[in-house]
Amino acid sequence: MSQIDASATHAHDHDHDHGDDHPAHLGHHWENSKQQFEAGKLGMWLFLSTEILLFGGLFVAYAVWRANHPEIFKYGAQFLDTFWGGLNTCVLLTSSMTMAMAVTFAARGKMVAVTICLILTLFGAAGFMVIKYIEYSHKIHEGLLPGISFYEEPHASHLWLPLDELGHEEEATEALIAEQQSAAFAVETQRESELPPPPADAIVWTKSPAATGPEGFTDSKLKIETSELRLFLPESVVAKVEDALPMLEYSEHHEAGELPHLTHPLQDPERPVNAQKFFTIYFMMTGLHGIHVIVGGIVITWLIVLTLIGRFSRGYYTPIDLGGLYWHIVDVIWIFLFPLFYLI
Amino acid sequence: MGKHEHGAVDHIVPIRMLVGTCIVLLFLTAVTVWVAQLDFNILNIPSMNLLVALSVASLKVFIVAMIFMHLRWDRSFIGFLFVVACLLVFLFIGFALVDTAENEPDIIPGNSQQVQQQLDKLAVSAADPAHSEGGAHGDDHGDAHAEPADDGHH
Amino acid sequence: MTTLDTGHHEQPRLAKDNYLTHSSGLLSWLLTLDHKRIGLMYLVSVLGAFFMGGIFALLVRTQLLTPEGTIMGQDEYNQAFTLHGAIMVFLVIIPSVPASLGNFVLPIMLGAKDVAFPRLNLFSYYLWVIGAIFFVLALFTGGLDTGWTFYTPYSTDTNSAMGGVIPALTAVFILGFSSIFTGMNFLTTIHRLRPPGMTWFRMPLFLWSIYATAVIQVLATPVLGITLALLIIERAFGIGIFNPALGGDPVLYQHFFWFYSHPAVYIMILPAMGIISELIAVHSHRHIFGYKFIAWSSIAIAVFSFLVWGHHMFTSGQSALVTVIFSAITFSVAIPSAVKIFNWLATMYKGHISWNTPMLYGMGFLFIFTIGGLTGLHLGTLATDIHLHDTYFVVAHFHYVMMGSALLAFIGGIHHWWPKMTGRMYNENAGRVAWCLVFVGFNVTFLTQFMLGSQGMPRRYATYPADAGFQIYHIISTYGSYVMACGFFLTAIYLVLSLFNGRRAPTNPWGGRSLEWQCSSPPPHDNFSEQPTVGDCYDFTVLEWSEKEQGYVWRSDVPHPGSEADQPTSEGSH
Repeated sequence: MSQIDASATHAHDHDHDHGDDHPAHLGHHWENSKQQFEAGKLGMWLFLSTEILLFGGLFVAYAVWRANHPEIFKYGAQFLDTFWGGLNTCVLLTSSMTMAMAVTFAARGKMVAVTICLILTLFGAAGFMVIKYIEYSHKIHEGLLPGISFYEEPHASHLWLPLDELGHEEEATEALIAEQQSAAFAVETQRESELPPPPADAIVWTKSPAATGPEGFTDSKLKIETSELRLFLPESVVAKVEDALPMLEYSEHHEAGELPHLTHPLQDPERPVNAQKFFTIYFMMTGLHGIHVIVGGIVITWLIVLTLIGRFSRGYYTPIDLGGLYWHIVDVIWIFLFPLFYLI
Repeated sequence: MGKHEHGAVDHIVPIRMLVGTCIVLLFLTAVTVWVAQLDFNILNIPSMNLLVALSVASLKVFIVAMIFMHLRWDRSFIGFLFVVACLLVFLFIGFALVDTAENEPDIIPGNSQQVQQQLDKLAVSAADPAHSEGGAHGDDHGDAHAEPADDGHH
Repeated sequence: MTTLDTGHHEQPRLAKDNYLTHSSGLLSWLLTLDHKRIGLMYLVSVLGAFFMGGIFALLVRTQLLTPEGTIMGQDEYNQAFTLHGAIMVFLVIIPSVPASLGNFVLPIMLGAKDVAFPRLNLFSYYLWVIGAIFFVLALFTGGLDTGWTFYTPYSTDTNSAMGGVIPALTAVFILGFSSIFTGMNFLTTIHRLRPPGMTWFRMPLFLWSIYATAVIQVLATPVLGITLALLIIERAFGIGIFNPALGGDPVLYQHFFWFYSHPAVYIMILPAMGIISELIAVHSHRHIFGYKFIAWSSIAIAVFSFLVWGHHMFTSGQSALVTVIFSAITFSVAIPSAVKIFNWLATMYKGHISWNTPMLYGMGFLFIFTIGGLTGLHLGTLATDIHLHDTYFVVAHFHYVMMGSALLAFIGGIHHWWPKMTGRMYNENAGRVAWCLVFVGFNVTFLTQFMLGSQGMPRRYATYPADAGFQIYHIISTYGSYVMACGFFLTAIYLVLSLFNGRRAPTNPWGGRSLEWQCSSPPPHDNFSEQPTVGDCYDFTVLEWSEKEQGYVWRSDVPHPGSEADQPTSEGSH
């Protein structure tokens, strides 16, 4: 970006006849500010068209996959939250407006207003990334990942239910809860001081992930203090308790007895073949867009600094204008990404 | 050109117009979210929702380009450039769609070997506790259990 | 042939302060914003890469001397042809003409002081350097054996492909951006820095072709960028975009790749065509025939370039409908190409041809490009392509276009602008001899490969059956490549020597009329001390040879277009 702003090379001013009316921001090879501004603008638009083509490749991949496998997209889109996507759209549109305002104020020479608008735009960029972070971390926790990672068991899923091998969800859950309770009773009754010698098929369970996990047993009945525990439990019980963990995590986020409205893809017999393709293209497109938002944020920060040190004036604010164009193209791309992913 | 002191731009977009544009854009966003929830199946037009969503998105992009990006007041060559870039993407999509429509459905009829292996691994880990319930020898099961638990953390 | 001191009468101050002597020190070069110095830096770097790619080419040819392979095993062979292809395409041919000669000549031809964004220009040079470093890194991190096209699954299969794939992909990604920025710079320069009087249809045809090239660079290269980025992610994380095991589509990769790389072929040939337009007209001393046709045919080729990428995929399982469409459009590319060829021939007709080295390269181009272009039609024909696909016929075809046409035009262009760039004349006779070696060597090398291919020798094979009758062709081809290499070495030698003992170049040694021949050799730092007068850059009737100058000067009996506008009469002459 910074290269596009062809600012002064003072050393050469003496070389030609119009050195006297050559402002500092004007490169030596330009006739006047207008020519330089228009060239900068054309250069920026050329760059923006390369951006369109850059994303164009991903849009092609999206189109090919969706046209041939609409069921994957129908299925995958359930796991995106239209609320967050819509909110992000609004954030970006608003920040686009503040950016355009900054250009208008710059043209009128109101540099304080320019600074405020740019800072608001920067907030927009930051807000967008925060929301993106919320969305991404949710996907990562659920194991909704691109490629082969999609088929690995998530370690902190809210959707993941422990199933028995036949896929019977409720029975499995009930059986597990019963096991946990008996395990918990066993835990509560067997303090270290009173412990009998360990039975032959028991394992020593000291601060295992299940026992020391953060709020591992949050259900009131199962709440146990784990710090000094040394347990001698039959291994089958240990396994049950560990398996129950996702269920317990789930119960933290949902009312008792309520089952999630979504089934985790890996547990869903209705899952279409290659369901991971949705998340592949989702992460690629929103990821590339996110990188552009970050770059945009850096550009805006740079513009704020330049504005604060008084580099711009009514006669010269080309970088603000060009940075604005870049920020708008980021917005334009998102305008397409939003319905293509969140509104299927 | 001569109107402004330094003649940098010919046109300044008024603030009121920018705010108005933003409101229109937010309204269109609401419209597109609302339309996405409608059921067009009665009309028997496949992917009607997609068409509507993309049309609204294109309209929004048009507005952003024209007003925020100043295209309405710029040289027509810049607009031409923008259109050419978009047309190239459409061309690319068009050819790729026509081509892949013929062979893409055949690429993988079911789960590939790689995916199936992974799914089998998962099935083993799900079935494992059931095994250990009826199991007799503790040591083996302890190991077998540890493996899938590790996998889950990657 | 002796150094003449009389040359200083017309141009006393120019030789003293030129762009080479304007400032000194290493940093004044490394951090220069002067398009001429950047162009020269590009030239040296590109020629260095050309040397490297040439070594790999000779290794490949030597290997094929004997049926069982001569000097290396299969894996080394795969690496050798991959690196030859990748270096030649991405490091040499694509940046060759636009980035080096274009950078040097474009602003001067236009009458501008510099390109629009000098810093971006320097930045894209350093991107090239970084890209080249990554290529070297690829060599040392396990090599690269995917072929220059990085086809999946060769490039994504982590079991077989080598460790150098990711560095090489990164290199090409970076080089792509270098190319994009160069294109952006040129487009903006041509649009916004044309001085008054330099209308679109007064621009030299070299600028038209650079313009068309830049359009392709800007609009096609980003797709390469995203393709390679996806490939890097695919290879590093296995996300399965192009991997059928994860629902990806390897044919989609080919669509992605060729959507860039077919236009990239025109990035290579269009600037070469621009050079040829200059060489033929200037050295025939005759007004270019059909100026507007040549100009528009450049634009037409740029447009067509985006519509034919599927002809690389006829045998990749592309659908029948698309295949037929692409084949049909491919044939239409022949039209603008032929328009150019016929116009160049018509330009030479009844011209006063100077048998200078640049002209020899120009005429060689006509011969070689005609063969290269017409054999392209064989490959665009669906039925014959099934037989010829991935044989040496394809290899010969694209070497006729990319090497024999694009690169030799580049060498011709170097000769043409050498006096302007360095201020020295090279030894003309050595140039003619070297051209003969290169031209003969090239045709011996690659004409035989047409026969090899049509008889069924597949490309990219390290060995071949001894009884198939291929060996004699391979031997001829390899010896041809040695002859060609000798020609290039000779060229390098006399060009370097000319820097030390070459005759001082006059302002206008060839009799060109475009603006670069109006400023001194080498040009001053700011190109023009005063705004030059733009005339018809192909009207050579106003120039005459001056013994005193050892160059061309304005005819004494024709009024010099000083304060007045240029002669409208010369405009309508074609």
